[in-house]
Amino acid sequence: MSAHQTHTVVAHKESFLRRYIFSQDHKIIGIQYYLTSLFMAVVGGILAMLIRLQLGWPGSSGIRPDAYLAFVTMHGTIMIFFFLTTILTGGFGNFLIPLQIGARDMAFPFLNMLSYWLFPPAIIVLLASFFVSGGAPNSGWTAYPPLSALKEAAPGSGLGQTLWLISLAILIVAFLFGSLNYITTVLTLRTRGMSMMRLPLTIWALFITAILSLLAFPVLLAAAVMLLFDRIAGTSFFLPAGLVVGGKLIPSAGGSPLLWQHLFWFLGHPEVYVLILPPMGFVSDILSTFSRKPIFGYKVMVASISAIGFLSFIVWGHHMFVSGMNPWLGTAFMATTLVIAVPSAIKTFNWLATLYKARITISTPMLFALGFVSLFVTGGLTGIFLGSPTIDIQLHDTYFVVAHFHFVMASAALFGVFAGTYYWFPKMFGRMMSERLGRWHFWLTFLGIYATFFPMHYLGIAGMMRRIYSPLLYPHLQPLQPLNVFISVAAFVLGVSQLIFAFNFFWSLFRGEKAPVNPWRANTLEWTAPSPPPHGNWGETLPTVHRWPYDYSVPDAREDYIPQTVPVAVPGARREV
Amino acid sequence: MGESPAVQTMAVRTLQEIDQEQVLTSDWGGGRSPFGVSWAKFMMWIFLASDALTFAGLLSGYGVARLHSGNWPRQGEIFNLWVVATMTFILICSSATMAMAVGSARRGDRAAAVRFLALTILGGLSFLGMQAYEWTNFILEGARLTTNPWGVPLFSATFFVITGFHGGHVTSGVLYLLGVTIRALRGRYSAEGVEIAGLYWHFVDLVWVFIFTLLYLI
Repeated sequence: MSAHQTHTVVAHKESFLRRYIFSQDHKIIGIQYYLTSLFMAVVGGILAMLIRLQLGWPGSSGIRPDAYLAFVTMHGTIMIFFFLTTILTGGFGNFLIPLQIGARDMAFPFLNMLSYWLFPPAIIVLLASFFVSGGAPNSGWTAYPPLSALKEAAPGSGLGQTLWLISLAILIVAFLFGSLNYITTVLTLRTRGMSMMRLPLTIWALFITAILSLLAFPVLLAAAVMLLFDRIAGTSFFLPAGLVVGGKLIPSAGGSPLLWQHLFWFLGHPEVYVLILPPMGFVSDILSTFSRKPIFGYKVMVASISAIGFLSFIVWGHHMFVSGMNPWLGTAFMATTLVIAVPSAIKTFNWLATLYKARITISTPMLFALGFVSLFVTGGLTGIFLGSPTIDIQLHDTYFVVAHFHFVMASAALFGVFAGTYYWFPKMFGRMMSERLGRWHFWLTFLGIYATFFPMHYLGIAGMMRRIYSPLLYPHLQPLQPLNVFISVAAFVLGVSQLIFAFNFFWSLFRGEKAPVNPWRANTLEWTAPSPPPHGNWGETLPTVHRWPYDYSVPDAREDYIPQTVPVAVPGARREV
Repeated sequence: MGESPAVQTMAVRTLQEIDQEQVLTSDWGGGRSPFGVSWAKFMMWIFLASDALTFAGLLSGYGVARLHSGNWPRQGEIFNLWVVATMTFILICSSATMAMAVGSARRGDRAAAVRFLALTILGGLSFLGMQAYEWTNFILEGARLTTNPWGVPLFSATFFVITGFHGGHVTSGVLYLLGVTIRALRGRYSAEGVEIAGLYWHFVDLVWVFIFTLLYLI
C-alpha cells in the first residue's frame, strides 16, 4: 500500500459551482437535502395553519371547499415525502453514513449528486399544481381512484393531479438513487474494524430504512405509471365499469380501485417506517450519550429494527379494513399489525432501561430525544386500537386516525429531526446552537403538539370526519366547535414557536460559539473528524475501529467515554489505566 | 477471481479508490464482511431487486385485471406465438453470448469479449425489431391502449404497458452494452464492468421469461 501513499494527498480546489452547487461531497449533498427539506417544511407548515384556520372558523376563513381539500392533500404529501423522508434519509443519511462508518464518501458520489438534483425539479412540478387550472389535487396524499383518476371527479383532479403523479415519480427515482448508495456504502465501505455489530444504531436504522425504500417505492412507481395511463391515455386499470360521475356514465371497464389501494399501501406502510426508523436510531444514540451509559440491549435493538423492517411489508392491509376486503384477510392483517407492536415495545423498554439510574445530562438534543419517546408511546398505543378491525370500522377516517398518525409518525419523526439537528449541528456547520433558545423551542413545541393533537382523539370518537371541510355542516359536530377553536389556537402557538428554531438555526450558523471536535464527549467516528469535516473527512489514513460505540462510564477508565478508535488495552496492562 | 490487468494499470487513482482497495483486500471486519464484493457489483444487484419489484407491481396489476374481467381473450389465437417464441429464443441466446463475453473478459481475451458483446447487442436489437413487428401487427388488427376488437379493454392496455416497459429495459440494456463495448474496444474496461452489465442483461431476460409465460402462454 505504501507505494500508493504519494497519490493520497490530493489538492482539492474546485470552483464555487462544483463545490457548493453540483457537489459530489456527501456532506454538501446532505446539507443541500436538509435545507431544501426545511423549505418544504415551511410550505407544509403554512398549509397546516390554513387547515386549522378553516376548521377553527369555518364561516369566515374565506377558503373554498376545493382549496381546503387541496391544502389537506398537499400538506400530507409535502410533509411525508418532501420533508420528513428527504430530511431524514437525504439530509441526515447522506451526512452521517460515511462519517459514522469511517468512509471518505458514498460508494457512488455522482449518483448521489443526481439523487439530490432530482429533488428540486420534483418540488417545482409539485408546487406548480397550485397554479394550474383546477388547482392542486383534492384526493388526499393517498390519491385513491376514481377521485384521482378522472378529470371530472374534482376540481383538482385535472392537470394538478397529473403534476402530482409526475412529481412523485421523479422523487421516487431520487429515493432509488439514494437508497442504492446508502445500502452499498454501509455494506462495502466500512473502515478497518467496523464490523456490522459495531455500527451505531443510527447507521443500522438508516440502513434498514434504505432497504425499505428500495423495495417499497418501485411498487408505487408501477402504480403511478398505471394511474398516469388511466389519466392521460384513457385506460382503466383502476376504474370499474358503470362508473357515473356528475350524472355522466364514464366509458371505463374492468379495472379495480382496490388494486391501487393495495399497491399504494404496500409502499405506504413501509413508508411510515422510513419516517420513524431513522429517528429511532438517532434517539438511541442521543439517549446513550447523554445518559453516559451504554445503550441497553444493543443486539436486541438491531434485531427489533430488522424485525420492524420485515414486518412493515406484511401489514399494509390494516389501512383497508373498511375497503371491502375479505374479512379473513382483515384478521390476518390484524395479527401481523399487533405483532409489529412487539419489537416497537422492546425498543421503548430498552430506551427506558438505558435511562434507568443514569447520570442524565439535560441538553436540547436530549430533551427532544425524550420527547420522541413520549410521542411515540402516545401514538403507538392508539395504533393498537386502530389495528383491530372491529374498532377500526368505528374510527376509520375520523380525527382519531389523524391524532394517531400525527403522534406516532409525524410529530415523533419531527422530534427526531430536531434532536438530530441540535445534536449534529456542531458537526455540520462547526458552530454550537443556542441552548437557551433550544429549551424554549422544546417546551413550546412539546406542549403545543400535545395541546393540538391530543384533543383530536376525542373529536374522532365523537364522529368528526378526517377530511371534512366544515364541522358545522352536521348537527352532531356543532357542539365540538369550541374544541376545534382550542386546537386551532394551540396549532398557531405551535407554528409560531417554530420561528424560535428558525432564528436559532440561522443565528447560530453565523454567530454561534465555535464547536470543538467532540462537544458531547461521544464515541462515534464523526466526532473524531474536524468540525465541520474537510473533503475526504479524515486526513491521510482512515480511522481504525477497536470497539463498539457505547463504551460510556466504563469502570476504571480515565474518562466516562471511550471513542471507537481507542484500542482495547492489552489484558495485562489493564490495571495501569 | 483475480484483479484484471485493466484495473491495475488505471492511471488516476482517487483517495476513495485506494481506501476501497484497502477495505476489500484485508480481512478486518470492515467492508469484507458480510459481502466480499465490490460496491459496483453490489449496487447492481440491489438495483435489480428494486426493479424486480416494479415489474412485480405491474404484473400483479395485470393479474388483478385478468381476474376481474370474466372472458379474457385467448392470446394463442391473437398473437403469432411462433414469432414470440423466436424472440424469446433469441433473447435467451443473447444471455448465453453475454456469459461468453464475461468469460472472455475474465481470461483477458479482449477480441473475443468484444465479439461476444457485439453478438449480444445484435440479439437485443433483433428482439426489439421483432417486438416492433409484433406491436405493428397488433395495432393493425385494431388494438389500442384503450380499446381492442376482442372485448376487454385492459387486454391491450396491460399488453402495451408491460411489454413496453420491458422493451424500454431492453433498449437501455442495448445502449448500456454499446457503451461497454466501446470502452472494451478502447481498452478501458474491466472484467467486472462486463460482468455487471451482464447481470443487468440476464435480469432483463429473466423478466421476459415471466412476461412471456404470463401474457402469452397461460
